[in-house]
Amino acid sequence: MDSVFAAIVQAPEDPILGVTVAYNKDQSPVKLNLGVGAYRTEEGKPLVLNVVRKAEQLLVNDQYRVKEYLPILGLAEFNKLSAKLILGDDSPAIQRNRVATAQCLSGTGSLRVGAEFLAKHYHEHTIYIPQPSWGNHLKVFTMAGLSVKTYSYYDPTTRGLNFRGLLEDLGAAPAGAVVLLHACAHNPTGVDPTVEQWEQIRKLIRSKGLLPFFDSAYQGFASGSLDADAQPVRMFVADGGECFIAQSYAKNMGLYGERVGALSIVCKAADVASRVESQLKLVIRPMYSNPPIHGASIASTILKNSDMYNEWKIELKAMADRIISMRKQLFDALTAKGTPGDWSHIIKQIGMFTFTGLNGDQVAFMTKEYHIYMTSDGRISMAGLSSGTVPHLADAIHAAVTRAS
Amino acid sequence: MAISRGLSGRMIDRSAVVGARYMSSWWRSVQPAPKDPILGVTEAFMADPNPDKVNVGVGAYRDDNGKPVVLECVREAERRVAGNLNMEYLPMGGSVKMVEETLKLAYGENSELIKDRRIAAVQALSGTGACRLFADFQKRFCPNSQIYIPVPTWSNHHNIWRDAHVPQKTYHYYHPESRGLDFAAMIDDIKNAPNGSFFLLHPCAHNPTGVDPTEEQWREISHHIKVKGHFPFFDMAYQGFASGDPERDAKSIRIFLEDGHHIGIAQSYAKNMGLYGQRVGCLSVLCEDEKQAVAVKSQLQQLARPMYSNPPVHGALIVSIILGDPDLKKLWLKEVKIMADRIIGMRTALRGNLEKLGSPLSWQHITNQIGMFCYSGLTPEQVDRLTNEFHIYMTRNGRISMAGVTTGNVEYLANAIHQVSKSG
Repeated sequence: MDSVFAAIVQAPEDPILGVTVAYNKDQSPVKLNLGVGAYRTEEGKPLVLNVVRKAEQLLVNDQYRVKEYLPILGLAEFNKLSAKLILGDDSPAIQRNRVATAQCLSGTGSLRVGAEFLAKHYHEHTIYIPQPSWGNHLKVFTMAGLSVKTYSYYDPTTRGLNFRGLLEDLGAAPAGAVVLLHACAHNPTGVDPTVEQWEQIRKLIRSKGLLPFFDSAYQGFASGSLDADAQPVRMFVADGGECFIAQSYAKNMGLYGERVGALSIVCKAADVASRVESQLKLVIRPMYSNPPIHGASIASTILKNSDMYNEWKIELKAMADRIISMRKQLFDALTAKGTPGDWSHIIKQIGMFTFTGLNGDQVAFMTKEYHIYMTSDGRISMAGLSSGTVPHLADAIHAAVTRAS
Repeated sequence: MAISRGLSGRMIDRSAVVGARYMSSWWRSVQPAPKDPILGVTEAFMADPNPDKVNVGVGAYRDDNGKPVVLECVREAERRVAGNLNMEYLPMGGSVKMVEETLKLAYGENSELIKDRRIAAVQALSGTGACRLFADFQKRFCPNSQIYIPVPTWSNHHNIWRDAHVPQKTYHYYHPESRGLDFAAMIDDIKNAPNGSFFLLHPCAHNPTGVDPTEEQWREISHHIKVKGHFPFFDMAYQGFASGDPERDAKSIRIFLEDGHHIGIAQSYAKNMGLYGQRVGCLSVLCEDEKQAVAVKSQLQQLARPMYSNPPVHGALIVSIILGDPDLKKLWLKEVKIMADRIIGMRTALRGNLEKLGSPLSWQHITNQIGMFCYSGLTPEQVDRLTNEFHIYMTRNGRISMAGVTTGNVEYLANAIHQVSKSG
């Protein structure tokens, strides 16, 4: 019998996850994986936070724990704590029950559920994403049925923010259009607006009646402070307006594969939030019925216990500090080598990634000759570096930049 | 900019005037959604303070004390997982080990198809996730196809294919008068559907009716589907749960494989391993050859990436550990049989009690039907009476989750059913 799917061709590798696939195949002892944004220790190992292990043990030792289906919107306690984490413990929006929250599958799942909701219930089906953005954003929003446009963001000449371009492009967007904002630690560039710039962005978005959709994947990871990293989101919520927020615990709690996240929709009024919540269920039920219990239980255990919460903050700051230290070391190494060019963006950019400014050829050269793996846009994950491997990377960058083309 | 003309005809830039404080909610016109017909039942049950309340709504297994069960094999697997493994992202297609073991359950321990690598398979978010991934896949690669869904079926099937934008039709299945299978009408529908239609089949323990075709009937169904070149998609949520023997419960699938169909299967560990909330399942598509399987798998991954990037790791580890360890696997098979046997016992008890009460109606369908659910034949009005007068919770289609029946409540349940149905 012929298959109905006989004509299907093989899909290309995912550009980000494909980097790890290629890295795994490489036999070189000096290979370095600076591709996917998963934190590594100084020894280059994945890290499970101590506080996460503690939470895990508590769960496994609890003989009364069952594995029943969660409600469609997930673990209620987790949802409340997640909303507080991003909006602040004393957020008036939460106190007034204006926030509808659903536990979703990490950042990706939260974005997708939010996007499907917009496609179903919102009158504007265009979303503006920054140029560049995380590669999966385009796919998520397109699959949900939204049409995706871009707004200027990264300025390759300064390796910083193209603020004027950003304001112009958002200023020209049709009223009501959705705008994707990286809450902190922009992926892939590491370039974030200043507080003053955020305030201008907020004013513009509100005056044009645009709908902000925050992707918060690095709260606490950028500066080391959960509150500082949440400030842009809180500024928008403080003005009383509405917004969407996708949260991920993949990086800041190291829960990557457990797929822990939350979508919060901040509404103008409690009765609206309640109706929105009911409609979120109709989006989620035909997708996966209800979210996975394990990771959210770990996160919830940590968030609700003040000792564990404090432990978490300390471990989180340690991760953020190590990354900041890697930035400094790489910058110092390139400066010491006299590598041509201005490399200050390495220490100005923030979060897990650095947009090196290296082009596709240079990246390919570094992979071939130095066994260094990164995405072809020149994005490197600082989390994949260690004091031991910084010299190798610095050598590779130096060689890539100075070689005759 | 939103420009409009004011009364005087002058241009007014509304966008400059409208700020956050002046705008009303974007979601003002969002209607409150109706409660999910199945999950809403448990919500209502939880809210009821009555001490005699009985939940025979959602299909989650309960022991004879009415308590949820975590299998021993699962507890052991969890102990081995905790503290020992990291939480790195799985590949987009999920845990390779888990998928391998899962295919063996469906296709056979020594299946040639597995050896020949002809099966494209990915870890999915339980049965729902597997169905949705397949529906999205069907939409993308067979955009002109439609799915035939049995009447009745699990209500969420309709939602899944609708949200995937695949047009759906129905085929006859349940025969209310006999409370059995409407076989002739089902075969007619298979014959009359346009060639190359997709058919959703419940390989065992049909949800909600508990009515399964016999082996001969499955062979005929397979034959007619083959003649029409239809695509058979199996939603297998109860392997092991129906008869207590996973091999026996997969019989219908094996018949189709013998007949050479290229099938798709959604598998779930929610019930048979009690992993409900962990969301562990698998979607597989049988292809012509290894090359095609690689291509199909890559495309399935492309659909998972914009939905959740990669599936959750914990539940997959539990499954891998259990199925990969011969002793744990044996323990699991034993525990599955215990669950299935308890349900079969409750069917006998419920029917026996109703007959003892002198019910004028025939209740043999209770023991003829198989799996977690019994399609009682009660009307929505009778169900409402059961809820309002007796605090018994079930879905309004009269579906009773036998897993919620215990030696402690079977008499109460039988009496209540008798009360609302004795007048005919």
